[in-house]
Amino acid sequence: MSNLNKQAPDNHPTRHFRSLDIEKIRADFPILAQKVNGHELIYFDNAATSQKPLSVIKAVDTYYQSSNSNVHRGAHYLSDQATQQFEQARQKVQAYINAANREEVIWTRGTTEAINLVAQTWGRQNIKADDEIILSSLEHHSNIVPWQMLAEEKKAHIRVINIDADGQLDLSHFESLLCDKTKLVSVGHVSNALGVTNPIQDIIKLAHQQGAKVLIDGAQAMAHSSVDVQQLDCDFYAFSGHKMFAPMGIGVLYGKSELLNSMPPWQGGGEMIEKVSFDKTTFNQIPYKFEAGTPNVSGAIGIATAIDYLAQFNSDDIAAYEQQLLNYATQALLKIEGLVIEGNCPNKVAVISFNIVGCHGQDLGMLLDQQGVALRTGHHCAMPLMQCLGINGTVRVSFSFYNNQQEIDQFVQALIKAKSMLV
Amino acid sequence: MIQTTEIIETLSFFDCWEDRYRYMIELGKELPAMDNDLKTQDKLVPGCQSRVWIDWKNINGLLHFEVDSDALIVKGLLALVMAAYQDKSANDIIEFDIQNYFEQLDLIKHLSPTRGNGLQAMIGKIQGAARQMLD
Ligand SMILES: Cc1ncc(COP(=O)(O)O)c(C=O)c1O
Repeated sequence: MSNLNKQAPDNHPTRHFRSLDIEKIRADFPILAQKVNGHELIYFDNAATSQKPLSVIKAVDTYYQSSNSNVHRGAHYLSDQATQQFEQARQKVQAYINAANREEVIWTRGTTEAINLVAQTWGRQNIKADDEIILSSLEHHSNIVPWQMLAEEKKAHIRVINIDADGQLDLSHFESLLCDKTKLVSVGHVSNALGVTNPIQDIIKLAHQQGAKVLIDGAQAMAHSSVDVQQLDCDFYAFSGHKMFAPMGIGVLYGKSELLNSMPPWQGGGEMIEKVSFDKTTFNQIPYKFEAGTPNVSGAIGIATAIDYLAQFNSDDIAAYEQQLLNYATQALLKIEGLVIEGNCPNKVAVISFNIVGCHGQDLGMLLDQQGVALRTGHHCAMPLMQCLGINGTVRVSFSFYNNQQEIDQFVQALIKAKSMLV
Repeated sequence: MIQTTEIIETLSFFDCWEDRYRYMIELGKELPAMDNDLKTQDKLVPGCQSRVWIDWKNINGLLHFEVDSDALIVKGLLALVMAAYQDKSANDIIEFDIQNYFEQLDLIKHLSPTRGNGLQAMIGKIQGAARQMLD
């Protein structure tokens, strides 16, 4: 949707897109039409999880009403149906992120599980004592802790890319960290706490020149952009369905097939094996090698349906609209005395993280909740970033294309009221 | 020291959320601040989004607490909690029906213990102090 990656658009010029009629779009998301604490709900917590369009909700419902069955197993009609839909969903994701083949799309529970999978398989196989893993100061705990656990086990080291005062990664610092010992670079595409988009294309190129592999945590990018993993040339890309209008409990690990093939399996169980005996077990091919147990079939169908939903729109229209919301809200917020935006840099998705001098974020959050505004306060699972910025946390609003200017106006009024109650 | 009955009465008098919260914020502001030197890591109550410190000492068989938070509404909550527990015996603290108190405050809707405001953790720490004194 946005031009996070300057890729050739898949939208053919003659293709007819649904227009960006926000009122009609809002009607696709049933949860938005409700009152909270006596006020119209204003949902500005999209970075935590996005809401789901009716088509996704119905797809999950329909699956359970008419196709539910275990996949790849039973020799019967329903099982065939479920398996077909499940594998079609994989192909849909493959096409959406432009993976070279369907085996490169591994279903996981989400971003967290995808990163842990790489740490526990590729990582345990390839990281040795004194090797280095480069992360950045912006990372979500999900892209820190799995590597710390691995580094501890292997006696390897974590190196951290600095950010500047606006929350932008310091690329020259990154270059200075790269060395013979660097085995992996794992960074976020978009920061969940600040909304800053990282120069991952440059990072991937530089890391590869050093012979290191690159994992991109795409959790926050997928709701705002379409991603082309081949053009990026990343080795792994992880994301969660629930942040891109799909259900919770489903996510994807993309990996280059030669890497996935070389990696040992992780969890053992059904589906991931070829042959089991008490003497020796042989493992299935990718992607199944990494998909032990009964998978989240309805979740996979949900992701495919969310992709269909997004594909109705011209991604450039959505990107432009979201940037408009971001600019409008930024202007309005900066008029509030004492309000400081963290990470106020040009390369951002529609996320604003701020503090108001003399007000605690949690107090603001509670007073805004009373006025129907859903947002997030605190450290946003990025405690090292907060330390780096010298703050305890922020108040974060994160927009989606179903939000509108009227909601921003109401939110700003509610925030002014909250502030007046506290100072 | 403000009494629990007085708080219940005052809060029941308000009919809009703003007045209730203004009152909570007032209570928070009136709560004596804790000495900064006392705000050490070991006094922090884990599981709260804001920083909450609770310290206590035994004064003539009664538990005397020093408490603080960097968030005002949470400080207000601490004031509500202190109205129930300050300068009481360990037995009184353990026997006090805190659930019933909060139900009477009608806080469950707005400031329920599940909201991540750390209410449960604060009460846990205070009851723990009382149990420790009895040991
Ligand atoms: C940047 C980033 N990485 C990883 C995660 C973890 O995603 P999940 O909880 O869906 O596994 C999140 C979610 O908040 C995130 O924002």
